[in-house]
Amino acid sequence: MVAVQMQDDLRRVLDDDGKVLLGAKVPQVSDEMLHKIFDTMMLTRIMDDRMMRLQRQGRLGFYMKSIGEEASHFAVAPLRPSDWVFPSYREQGAWFWRGYSVTDFVNQMFGNEKDPVKGRQMPVHHSANWLNLVSISSPVGTQIPQAVGAAQAAKIMGKDDVSMVYFGEGTSSTGEFHVGMNFAGVWKSPCIFVCRNNGWAISVPREKQTAAKSFAAKAVGYGMPGIRVDGNDILAILQVTNEAIERARAGEGPTLIEALTYRVQGHSSSDDPSVYRDPKEPEIWERRDPLARLRGYLKQRGLWSEAAEGEISERHNQAITDALAAVDTLGPPPVESMFDDVYEHMPWHIAEQKAWVMSQERTKSPHYHH
Amino acid sequence: MPVISYREALNQAMREEMERDPDVFIMGEEVGHYNGAYKVTQGLLNHFSERRVIDAPIAEMGFAGIGVGAAMVGLRPIIEFMTFNFSLVAIDQIVNNAAKIFQMSGGQFNVPIVFRGPGGPAVQVGSQHSQSLESFYANVPGLKVVMPSTAYDAKGLLKTAIRDDNPVVFIEGETLYNSTWEVPTTEYLIPFGKADVKRVGQHVTLIAWSKMVWTCLDAAKELAKDGIEAEVVDVRSLRPLDHDTICSSVAKTGRCVIVEVGWPVAGYGAEVAYQVQRACLDQLDAPIERVTSDDVPMPYAKNLEDEVQPQIKDVIAAVKRALYLA
Repeated sequence: MVAVQMQDDLRRVLDDDGKVLLGAKVPQVSDEMLHKIFDTMMLTRIMDDRMMRLQRQGRLGFYMKSIGEEASHFAVAPLRPSDWVFPSYREQGAWFWRGYSVTDFVNQMFGNEKDPVKGRQMPVHHSANWLNLVSISSPVGTQIPQAVGAAQAAKIMGKDDVSMVYFGEGTSSTGEFHVGMNFAGVWKSPCIFVCRNNGWAISVPREKQTAAKSFAAKAVGYGMPGIRVDGNDILAILQVTNEAIERARAGEGPTLIEALTYRVQGHSSSDDPSVYRDPKEPEIWERRDPLARLRGYLKQRGLWSEAAEGEISERHNQAITDALAAVDTLGPPPVESMFDDVYEHMPWHIAEQKAWVMSQERTKSPHYHH
Repeated sequence: MPVISYREALNQAMREEMERDPDVFIMGEEVGHYNGAYKVTQGLLNHFSERRVIDAPIAEMGFAGIGVGAAMVGLRPIIEFMTFNFSLVAIDQIVNNAAKIFQMSGGQFNVPIVFRGPGGPAVQVGSQHSQSLESFYANVPGLKVVMPSTAYDAKGLLKTAIRDDNPVVFIEGETLYNSTWEVPTTEYLIPFGKADVKRVGQHVTLIAWSKMVWTCLDAAKELAKDGIEAEVVDVRSLRPLDHDTICSSVAKTGRCVIVEVGWPVAGYGAEVAYQVQRACLDQLDAPIERVTSDDVPMPYAKNLEDEVQPQIKDVIAAVKRALYLA
C-alpha cells in the first residue's frame, strides 16, 4: 500500500523541508509564538518518548503517542484562554500549550495521590477545568455534541467565546459526529471541528471509514465550510484555524477542518501496526515530519540554532526526570477518596459504604449497609 | 389551595426556576413553538425567548450531549425527552458522560443537568413507547433518579432537580399529566431521598412510585372495605432511596408489597425488597411480595396491555397473600 497522495485542494504553506511554497500566503505569527510552538512541540515529543519507554518497562499500564501529528495540536494556539477545548486523546501538545504542567501530566500517568483526576482515569485522559480543557472521554465522539453545547452556552451567556473539538477520522463515522455537526450547522454555533485524519483508526484504514472524497467534504451536508489542510504544516494549521476562529467569533458559524496527517506509530501501547499495514507507509510520512518542517522553517528565518534546541531538549528532559523522581516519593490515592465526587454531596448509602470500607481493612462491604 | 394538573405543576416549576436563575434553559424536540409534545412547556417560549427555550433537531444523542457540554461550562440545562423510551438513543451521554464526568475529572466538572420527560406505559402505544427505564438509570452511580406521582410532588421535586448540582433523571408519569392535586401558591421544594406516606394504614405496607402509587391507593380503598388498612409509601426518589421511611413503615405493619410497572428481573423493586429484608427481617410476618409487569415487551392490543401491567386486582391479591388470606 502506498500513502495517499496529497491532493490539490489541500491547504499548505510549507513544503516537506519547511520552505515556504511559491505563492503561499504566510500567516502573521510572531517570532515569540513560533519559538513557543517549537518548544512545546519538542516537549510533546520528548514526553511521548519517555512515557512509552516507561510503559514498555512495565511502569505504566497504557500510553498513546502522537508522534508525527503534533502540528495539529497547535490549532489551539490562536484561541483565547476563555475559549473551550474538547480534546480527543491524542493532543498532548494542546494541553502543554494551554499550560498543563509536566508534573500534572506525569502524575496523571501514574494515577497517584497528586494526579489531578485522583487516580480515576486511564493514562492520557486528562482534565483541566482551570485551563478550559475538558475531561477526555473514552467512547469516541461524545465530546463533539458537548463542544457544540459549550459553543451554544457562550451564545446563551452573551459571550463571544468559541469552542474547538478534536477527533480522529474514524470518529467521523459515529452518530455523535453527525448530530454535533448537524446541530452546529443549523444553529451557526461558534464551534471549530478539528478532524485529525491520521489514516488509521487502530487497524481500520481511512478508506474503510467513508466513501466521501475527503472528510472535509462532509461539511457540505451540514451547511458549513470544510477545509482540508496539511496537518503536518504548522503554518497552514495556524492559517486555517485563524480563519475559522474569526468566522466563529463574528457569528458566521462553525467550520470543519480536516488536518491530513499520519499515525506514524501504533494506536496505543496495546497495538502493533506491523500486522496490518505496510511498514513503508510510515517511512514516507516520516519525511513530512511536522517538527522537522517547523525546524526547517525556523532555520531559514534565522530563528533556530542547535544550541537552542539542545537547551530545550535538556530542559524538558530534566523536568520529566524531576517529575518522575517525585513520583517515587508519592503514594497512591487514598482509598477513602474513591467515594468522593460521585455526587456533589455524598448520599447516605455511599457514606455507609465508605464507613464500612474504612472500618474493615479492605474487605468488601456486604452490598450497602444501614 | 388551588388544585392544578401535574402538567401545570411541572410547567410552573420550570417557569419559576427560569425566572430565578438565568443559567437555566430548556431544550428538546418541540419544546418551543409546539409547546411540547405533552404541552408541559406551554407558553415558555413566549415568556422567555428562543435563546432559553430551544427547539432542537430530532436527535436525542445530539441535544443530550449539547446539554452535557453546556452544563460542563456553567449552565443548567433541562433536557426534555419526548418520551424516556428515546433516551436510549442518548444513553452514552447520560451514563458514560453526565453520570461520570464529575468523578472522572476528579471533581473539576460537575454536570447540573435535568433529563426529564414521560416514562412508563401510556395507552396502546406498543413496546417501544411503553417502557419503564427507571431500573436502568437507578443502577448508575452519579445519577439521581426521581419519579413524582402527584402534581404537588412534581413541582417540588422538579424545582429541586433544577437546583441540584448533579445530573438528575426525572421521569414523569405519561398517564399522570392530567391528574390533579392541591399545590400551594407559595414556593416550596421537596428534597430528594424523602419518601412520602400517601395513605396511613397498619396492616400492610404498599411501596410504589409514579403511576403505581395511584393503583395502590385504589387497591387500598378496596381493601378497606374488607377491613384491611394498607399504608401506601410513595418512594418518589429512587436514587437516593429513603430507607428510613420505607423500613419504619414495614416494621410497623410487618407485611410488604412492592408494586412497580417495570419488568420483574433485576427491577428496582428487588433492590427495595433487599433493603426491607435487611432492616426488617425480624418484623416481617410474611415473605415480601412483588407485583410487576409480566416479563414481555408491551403488546399493543388493549386486553393484552392490561394483562401485562399490574392492576388493582393484582395488588389486592398480593396483599391477601401477604396476609395469608389467599
